[in-house]
Amino acid sequence: MTARDRLDHVLARLGVRRSGWRIRPGLYRLGEPGPESPVFVSANYTLSFDALRGALQGIDSYILVLDTFGINVWCAAGKGSFGTDELVSRIEQTRLADEVSTRTVIVPQLGATGVCAREVLRRTGFKVRFGPVRAVDIPAFLEAGEATEDMRRVTFNLKDRAVLIPVEGKIASPILAGLTLGAYLADGPVAAAGVGAAGVAGFAGFPLLMPWIPTEDFSTKGFLLGGAVGLAAAGAALLSGDGSAGQRAARAVSYVLALPAITSFIALNFTGSTTFTSPTGVKREMNRYIPVMAAMAASGILVNGARHLFGRKRG
Amino acid sequence: MASASNLNTLEYDPELCTRCGMCSIVCPHRVFASGNGAAARLIDPDSCMECGACALNCEPGAIKVDSDVGCASAMIMAALTRRKEATCCG
Repeated sequence: MTARDRLDHVLARLGVRRSGWRIRPGLYRLGEPGPESPVFVSANYTLSFDALRGALQGIDSYILVLDTFGINVWCAAGKGSFGTDELVSRIEQTRLADEVSTRTVIVPQLGATGVCAREVLRRTGFKVRFGPVRAVDIPAFLEAGEATEDMRRVTFNLKDRAVLIPVEGKIASPILAGLTLGAYLADGPVAAAGVGAAGVAGFAGFPLLMPWIPTEDFSTKGFLLGGAVGLAAAGAALLSGDGSAGQRAARAVSYVLALPAITSFIALNFTGSTTFTSPTGVKREMNRYIPVMAAMAASGILVNGARHLFGRKRG
Repeated sequence: MASASNLNTLEYDPELCTRCGMCSIVCPHRVFASGNGAAARLIDPDSCMECGACALNCEPGAIKVDSDVGCASAMIMAALTRRKEATCCG
């Protein structure tokens, strides 16, 4: 099968959206490339490949797809599957040196976490040029012959964060559903609504509001956001006519204790989706705040359970 | 104050720099500046997220950084399963 066939194959697949997340690794032709055409390296993840393919419309070029097990460039580079060894072996396997006369491959900048440029040059004779972070900047990069500072910088704006909400929600929802059901059975609808709201605050509210919540750490931002939910739920419990004054107070206290822990834990996990947190910093934050979250959740559950000691509403 | 976004293990020795400029090309947070025939300069070390791209591409080994997978969930899994290295995303 020629590279041309493979391209047709992929185009057909892409016609049916999302039928496959993985692209077959190998060399693809875009348009009518010649021996002098640029060679772009990508991951075998549909969205990475599509972003590149879309940006290269009207540019005759080659795309060398590495086998990253369906993972995007940056994450795969962090793990090494988008890396020096895979790039070297893919250059050799596709006989790229016979296909093109140019001796340069353009690797997305974020691939540099896994690709050692001088090692690739030493082993294959191909020079690695690191292109812009975002594929959409490639035409301007080709035009100017170099990347501007902005093309080299990773951003994390409102839109970048908003697109993560469905993913974060999907990851959190099985556990949240269990917790919500547990809260409903053990306490009632207000507790269940509180747990659900604390979860939504974590996976949707936090990504949206992150830069404007006035603390430094993800966990404390989560405590503040979850605290607002906790206070609202506490207010609802106090105003409800359900149970004695003591029971209502115990409920209110338990919500203020337990609900922020839920939001905060989800917020802490969002560190894995950001573009700027360092593992050292995340570890420190985990060591500092996970015990606090656990203590808050446990004491919240204890206080809630203890409401039965206050006896039933009289008269 | 040190936090998840500005605490890091980045170390740079300008004495060893060969002025190739690779660090300032690969860094996604513009931690290094290079050019004008001078050794690379650390201009924003707090923004380092320990991705390791600079150290991997620094031939003389002037840059050192402990790079690792940065997801809290991966680290929690690593801690629970008592593995040394965190892995994520398949």
